[in-house]
Amino acid sequence: MSRAIAVQPDQAIAVKPDQARPSGRCRAALSNLGWVLLFLAPSAVPLLVFKIAPMFASAWVSLHRWNMISPMEWIGWDNYAELLTSPNTWQVFSHTLLYLLGYLPLVYAGGLLIAVALNQRLRARGVLRAAYFVPVVTSWVAVALVWQWLLNPSNGLVNYLLGLLHLPQPGWWTDPTWAIPSVILASAWKDLGFVMVILLSGLQTIPQEIQEAATMDGAGRWRRFWNITFPLLSPSTFFVVVISLINGFQVFDQMYVMTGGGPSGASQVAVGRIYDLAFRYGQAGQASALSWILFAIILAVTAVQMRGQRKWVNYA
Amino acid sequence: MRKSRTKKAVGLLAAVVAASGVAGCSQGSATTPGGGAQTAGNAPVTVRYMNFSSNDDGHEADLAAIVAAFEADNPGIKIAVETVPYADYAAKLQTALAGGTEADVFELEYEPFVSYAKAGVLADITGIDTSVYSPSLIQAYQSDGKQFALPESFSTVVLFYNQDLFDAAGLDYPTDSWTWADETKAAEALTDKDKGVWGDYQPISYNEFYKTVAQSGGQFLNAEGTATAFNDQAGLAAAEWLTGKSGKTMPTDADGANSPDFDTNLFISGKLAMWHMGIWRFSTIAEKAPDMNWDIVVEPGNTQKASAMFSNAVAISAKSQVQDAAQRWLAFYTASQTTIDTRLAKNWELPPVADQSKLDAYVAITPPANRQAVLDSLDAVALAPVVERQQEMQDIINDELAAVAAGRTPAADALANMRTKVDPLLG
Repeated sequence: MSRAIAVQPDQAIAVKPDQARPSGRCRAALSNLGWVLLFLAPSAVPLLVFKIAPMFASAWVSLHRWNMISPMEWIGWDNYAELLTSPNTWQVFSHTLLYLLGYLPLVYAGGLLIAVALNQRLRARGVLRAAYFVPVVTSWVAVALVWQWLLNPSNGLVNYLLGLLHLPQPGWWTDPTWAIPSVILASAWKDLGFVMVILLSGLQTIPQEIQEAATMDGAGRWRRFWNITFPLLSPSTFFVVVISLINGFQVFDQMYVMTGGGPSGASQVAVGRIYDLAFRYGQAGQASALSWILFAIILAVTAVQMRGQRKWVNYA
Repeated sequence: MRKSRTKKAVGLLAAVVAASGVAGCSQGSATTPGGGAQTAGNAPVTVRYMNFSSNDDGHEADLAAIVAAFEADNPGIKIAVETVPYADYAAKLQTALAGGTEADVFELEYEPFVSYAKAGVLADITGIDTSVYSPSLIQAYQSDGKQFALPESFSTVVLFYNQDLFDAAGLDYPTDSWTWADETKAAEALTDKDKGVWGDYQPISYNEFYKTVAQSGGQFLNAEGTATAFNDQAGLAAAEWLTGKSGKTMPTDADGANSPDFDTNLFISGKLAMWHMGIWRFSTIAEKAPDMNWDIVVEPGNTQKASAMFSNAVAISAKSQVQDAAQRWLAFYTASQTTIDTRLAKNWELPPVADQSKLDAYVAITPPANRQAVLDSLDAVALAPVVERQQEMQDIINDELAAVAAGRTPAADALANMRTKVDPLLG
């Protein structure tokens, strides 16, 4: 593991201590500060106004009963207590977890397969790479509608093909058991390109010499993949897992369009519930509290991953 | 260590940003508030008017004509119309009110009116001649003795039918004396799945459920409104009637039911024989299927008749800076002769007039030939039950009915589930 010396942001902008007298250093830092703020402003101001400030506002709202039209009523931690004891909360989180358990392995395995394939010297490699990335930049609404059609139980393409093979034809998004798997399939397909790009960039940073040395030592393709490529890809894998988990916990658009949380609530996820509470049921306080519970879970999961990475992530 | 620390910071930042993304779902409040202060003298005043009903069936031009007539009569007032699709309207209005960017005048349905009136966001409307409005409709928009909105329109739901399909099958057309049994018999005879022709279409939803409970002689809520009252024979009959059609005489979700405009397109393409639908669809059919032969009757009942009636109203924001101008627009928009004429001539929803003779012109327009059925349907109306946690209640009813239609839950169990889940919302 490399131990490059970290350059702290404040050191980067300040003049080195031995080069200036205290008063001069102070003045230099101050004059720099203006520039720093100026350059930070284009991203910092929108971040503050549209992300940080609403976040703290939602923390305040979460301690109130509020239907967004009447005055707020202070109720302390009641929203949290009510949510944590409500079977509905556990239900939406179990659906979210189920989604993650299906989605993450699928999107990672698929992305890895395509990345490895497109890392070879193929004809039209650039075109293929672009083609796999197209779904990533396509609107979720369009993708969800197409998948809703593909997975239509009575006249969709997928069930037609399954029928030709004499395989069972599930009810997909009209069946409570298959609603979440339907969304998993669509989501994995759409995000495949993103995972592929990250893993592909990871593959290209693996030094060719190591592969060649292993080949000289008589290692076959599989052995090289498992003992060299896969471990050295771990930083990219780690990034994919962290980002996918954060996004997965917040899955919403595809559920909203494909299943609407149904049938009969069978695919209702955490953010879907937050949306319903705030914008359909007039319970902005509970919606905010649930957002913070979700935030706490994402933060905890990410923190565990950050600690856990020491055990398995290799930075070559 | 640098990479690790940077990644940690990036990860944390990503988590923070990602979690706060939830707040990003809310509506941006980019619109400017009010129309500016109402100034003395002749400076023009702008009244912002937000609505959904002109969008539903392409009545934007009709609304524009009413606005133009109003502005001609009131040179000092400009109306800035903001039209929002019905599906987004409730959330948009709610977030606009939360952010203080609501229009001066906005449209409201009857169900949410109650909670808006109680929340104190609507201005008390005074000095209006209320005698021109139908008494039941004007009273519907009063709360604690104050007039918080003016009725703007009303509509009912009737049974549309395709005469060509009935003729081809050699069946008699539906009549006012039909019951559910007659409808079922005809629907079975008219359904031809191989040709994609369906006998019947009625949404499996809350709005149909409370009405069909009434058509079976039952009640949705008890008299005090404190508990559900549909867990009886009438409720069971209603649930079985609505869900029993699915897949037999009526298309299922997998066939496309419940997707936007599915039933409208099915009817105007001549593949649907009977259709439980609101009268607001008259203009769409007349425009898109001018050659089709179709008519309407009052909906068949089970043991008695009961038709759904919906009404829309317009209210003034309590915070509007242009109350006088807003009220003038409100009065003109709800009761002027221009509005009445436009609504009737353009097949829009009906004007809420006290003087029923003003509707004569409407009845004379064909198709449908039996337009009188619209007024007849008002003889026995099942009013929508309104509770404070309306949307939650509707979602529960809809989910349970869907489970019955899909064959996952027996109707009796679904009724018990509805009761267990809805009753706590009413307390």
